Amino acid sequence: MSRPRTLFEKIWDEHVVCQPAGEPALLYIDLHLVHEVTSPQAFEGLRLAARKLRRPDLTFATVDHNVPTLAAERSVIRDPIAAQQVEALRRNCRDFEVPLFDIDSAEQGIVHVIGPELGLTRPGATIVCGDSHTSTHGAFGALAFGIGTSEVEHVLATQCLRQPRPKTLQIVVRGSLPPGVTAKDLALGIIGRIGTDGATGHVIEYAGEAVRGLTMEGRMTLCNMSIEAGARAGLVAPDETTFAYMRGRRFAPQDAAWDQAVAYWKSLPSDPGAGFDRVVEINAADLAPAVTWGTSPGMVVPVTERIPDPQHFPSEAERSAALRALEYMGLRAGTPMQEVVVNRVFIGSCTNARLEDLRAAARVAKGHKVSSKVQAMVVPGSQAVKQAAEKEKLDQVFREAGFEWRESGCSMCLGMNPDILQPLERCASTSNRNFEGRQGARGRTHLVSPAMAAAAAIAGHFVDIRNWKYRD
Amino acid sequence: MQGFRIHTGRVAPLDRANVDTDQIIPKQFLKRIERSGYGQFLFYDWRYVAEGKLDPSFVLNHPRYAGASILVAGKNFGCGSSREHAPWALLDYGFRAIIAPSFADIFASNCTKNGILPVGLSDAEVAELVLRTTQFEGYFLTIDLEKREVRDQSGFLGRFEIDDFKRKFLLEGLDDIGLTLQQENDITVYEQRRRAFATPSST
Repeated sequence: MSRPRTLFEKIWDEHVVCQPAGEPALLYIDLHLVHEVTSPQAFEGLRLAARKLRRPDLTFATVDHNVPTLAAERSVIRDPIAAQQVEALRRNCRDFEVPLFDIDSAEQGIVHVIGPELGLTRPGATIVCGDSHTSTHGAFGALAFGIGTSEVEHVLATQCLRQPRPKTLQIVVRGSLPPGVTAKDLALGIIGRIGTDGATGHVIEYAGEAVRGLTMEGRMTLCNMSIEAGARAGLVAPDETTFAYMRGRRFAPQDAAWDQAVAYWKSLPSDPGAGFDRVVEINAADLAPAVTWGTSPGMVVPVTERIPDPQHFPSEAERSAALRALEYMGLRAGTPMQEVVVNRVFIGSCTNARLEDLRAAARVAKGHKVSSKVQAMVVPGSQAVKQAAEKEKLDQVFREAGFEWRESGCSMCLGMNPDILQPLERCASTSNRNFEGRQGARGRTHLVSPAMAAAAAIAGHFVDIRNWKYRD
Repeated sequence: MQGFRIHTGRVAPLDRANVDTDQIIPKQFLKRIERSGYGQFLFYDWRYVAEGKLDPSFVLNHPRYAGASILVAGKNFGCGSSREHAPWALLDYGFRAIIAPSFADIFASNCTKNGILPVGLSDAEVAELVLRTTQFEGYFLTIDLEKREVRDQSGFLGRFEIDDFKRKFLLEGLDDIGLTLQQENDITVYEQRRRAFATPSST
């Protein structure tokens, strides 16, 4: 009997190409996802060094970060610099024979939404992308992490990365999530507890009853925000929920290969007795619908609480950060969170723009009207999500309630396209980062779940979704 | 890649924790397809009050920190987005090293790929350096990667850790991809033993 290993260790061991003495391991990469923003300099580097792309068959590209989400603007991107970047990706994909899901294709979408949707994301795989939210794919029990452009070039040229071995952190969530508490609230609750650097240098494995109980989409939301806790990657062990999601997807293994794959995937979960460098336990019952109040995802409270007083923070660094955050956000300590008024709502992003997210938001919106003081938009994560939602007539529910229904892309999560906050606008957002200026210079972002965002759009301020009057 | 052996330069303090890469370089500057010229956009929302107009209250705009090449900052520096435009902007502005109690993983990795040295010192040492930069105009430090130490001329000596490979990589300014391609045989052998279902095949 061999030494018990964690899920992470099994994936790592499987992918070590070689480990020369005194060097980090050379790790093989099974899947490289590429988008327009972090790749042009990498392809240019290949050209300058006259290097080839080693495995175009393991490389897939799409455009997501700076594409417009208004249908009329998609054929000709008006921003000339954005248009040039999209054009550069097209040229690079042509020249290096990389499959591209372009702006007009049925597969286009946020890179972390389409990977799983297409069955490219698999348990046990190593997955990289020049984007920090690559951690999303860890929901399948894949070791998936964001890389910089130099590393993108390295993977294009070698299909490998030289990586120091990270430590492991197991986060066990005991019990099941209370009603109204979603994977987003769990992610924010974890970050609020361990801090935005609480998992730096670690790969997280999420475990426990509450995590097992999440759907694949919920697991993706949870793993997506691992980076906001400082971890490059988050993992959930594959199980029947994973296999049921994957079966029959376009690039998933088929027939005999499927059976072989499932047999292998079943061997991946951490062995009983396998050791982690750290373990954190959380009781699901302690969680509530969450809203961020500051400029870091760790600045978060349950919606029923008040905005904290910076004087109550333990260290001078935290006090000054909280003071600065409140000033930036235009908020006063002691204000009940539910009295905070919003004027923009964004439902979208690789965190929360999959079908279940849109269903949850639509259920809240049904039969209600968006507040006259709020501009609200729904941006599906992919064209496939958009079509599936329209098949269920969710677009009608949103439109009737007064939400804008857009085309797929990263949109106002980071505002590289025309969707941005104006200075001092306050937004309830289902995205992942509330940093200063993230959604637009001087814009103010509050991170929430899709249902909480929809409810804020209708009420015009934050409300406790657990008291919502559904009209379905 | 430009290597890093020993560097002496003026120090600027940015006494904030969790400085994220959106602050280091905001998204509107990520649409360019070049690798150079990002220094003008560094800390854009903090450095400028309006387009092209500098905010005199921002620390880097103070004349005493002009020409600084070493930045001292709070913990978890470089958190958030993986954008390598952040180290490109820091380098283009003139920074060769960042000293902080801790760094976000992707940012630290991106720095070393570009010849910027992330130097981890203790909270107390970082606080002491911030104090000295504000006390002494023209304050400068020497960062010695070979000896793994940071020193000034008035007795400050901080030692930092860095893994041996990363250190060698920076000292010699190695070509990362070239180095890996020396192991191409190993990669080919590995590819022959990969599981068949690990390669996506469309139906």
